Amino acid sequence: MKFQIPIGPQHPALKEPISLRMTVEGEVIKDADLRLGYNHRGVEKLAESKSWIQNIYLTERICGICSHSHATCFVQGAEKLLEIEAPRRGVYLRYLVSELERVHSHLLWLGVAGHEAGFDSFFMYTWRDREVVMDILEMISGNRVHYAINTLGGVRRDLDEAQKAKILDGLKILKARSEYYLKIGAGEPTFVGRLAGVGMLSRQQAMDLCTVGPVARASGIARDVRKDDPHAFYDEVEFDVATADTCDVLGRAVVRIKELFESYKIIEFVIRNLPDGPIAVKAPRRAKPGEVVSRYEAPRGENIHYIKSNGSDKPERLKVRAPTLANYAATIEMLRHGFIADIPLIFAAIDPCICCAERTAELVDARTGEERIVRFADLRRLAASRQAHSNKRNVAWPL
Amino acid sequence: MLKKLTRWSRIKSPWILHLNSGACNACDIEVVAALTPRFDVERFGVLLKATPRHADVIIATGPVTRQLKDRIIRIYEQTPDPKFVVAVGACAMSGCVYRGAYNVMGGLDQVIPVDVYVPGCPARPDAILDGVVKLLGKL
Repeated sequence: MKFQIPIGPQHPALKEPISLRMTVEGEVIKDADLRLGYNHRGVEKLAESKSWIQNIYLTERICGICSHSHATCFVQGAEKLLEIEAPRRGVYLRYLVSELERVHSHLLWLGVAGHEAGFDSFFMYTWRDREVVMDILEMISGNRVHYAINTLGGVRRDLDEAQKAKILDGLKILKARSEYYLKIGAGEPTFVGRLAGVGMLSRQQAMDLCTVGPVARASGIARDVRKDDPHAFYDEVEFDVATADTCDVLGRAVVRIKELFESYKIIEFVIRNLPDGPIAVKAPRRAKPGEVVSRYEAPRGENIHYIKSNGSDKPERLKVRAPTLANYAATIEMLRHGFIADIPLIFAAIDPCICCAERTAELVDARTGEERIVRFADLRRLAASRQAHSNKRNVAWPL
Repeated sequence: MLKKLTRWSRIKSPWILHLNSGACNACDIEVVAALTPRFDVERFGVLLKATPRHADVIIATGPVTRQLKDRIIRIYEQTPDPKFVVAVGACAMSGCVYRGAYNVMGGLDQVIPVDVYVPGCPARPDAILDGVVKLLGKL
């Protein structure tokens, strides 16, 4: 006997509006489907009516947790189109905020994971310690969540010696606490027992479904834009790409805790090697016609912005591919054969940022030029049939 | 006498529902941060509830997308009387940066009545706390 359970858009297990439809047989999930669009605000269209500098404000508000990721990704691309280069000190400060944001985002996720696993004291602990990094971010940028530190050609605020010392003090506390979280996350028997073996995603599946970020890394794929396509100072700093090969929610937790330590290393490197000089250069108002693809490793995975300019003071097209969108297909695979009680845990394990991923797409048939709007379920069926035929030669778009 | 008792119980322990009406997450994490040890609203008896049927105060964030409009009205109707709505953040007040976008209603008061507005992009947890306290002071 099969049942369908609708979850969302407003549901206790979900923090943001999304609709999940589970087909269950008894306790076991047989199939899952996602319905997006509740949070669609039309950011991409809005970007076309705003100037380059106004768009930094807008892209920052694509998402509140990884706000710096979207703003940085946009600025990276826009700087290429405007043909300016940020001075070294500006670049260092920009990616210092990136790493601090990664720390705050991962601590936030750890708390949510603890909450979903029924371990609420862990949630309270991590969120208490998260306030340390929030204080540092507030000190650097003047705001807790939307930092607004980026500008075209650099950053807007400088760092002085006293602030550097405060950051290093804060790091000491965070390091000690993270050691404790690693001990709990990887050693506490009840917590491990809840997370281990839940939401399995094999390495091959993770590869086929194009997962990004901690989800891919927890399935043993060492994929990280900071390592694969080093920008700024990432080729000078020593850090490892944290991976795990347990392929489950436990692996995703461990990867994120390990990444905290890598971020602390990078933050220390930036503080100790901060070059002197100006923090920003003046940017022209108009960009040369052209297009650019900008990649950035957000806390949730690879973030891609495609920006097209037609020579005016506004972008002609901005396309955002947020990391959560890339992980949705894998989520369905993880949910399948799981239990109903595991839904919040599995769904939280990809660290879903629903407002990031609310983009609409129009599909154009490459052969006929016909345009159509496709439901997510159809899209998934299409992808599955492509995959089934992928070993044949002469397929239009081999996987 | 009964009136006094209800008023007292209402002020002492307001249960809140967190409603995301298409926000960018920033206000939402600040609402959750208000529940955690640094700010800790639970010491005032404020509890986060999962369902609208248990809630007294709806804390809503976001500019209200067209997709969510009907659902927000339904959630508002499900909440038992007397109910109060706190609009948190610049989006819930007027639409903020999304104002004028094709899929956005531009403010919570376009859809349901609002009692308290908390400005900020995003509003700080202390500001949200202050908003809730001001609401309780009005009762």
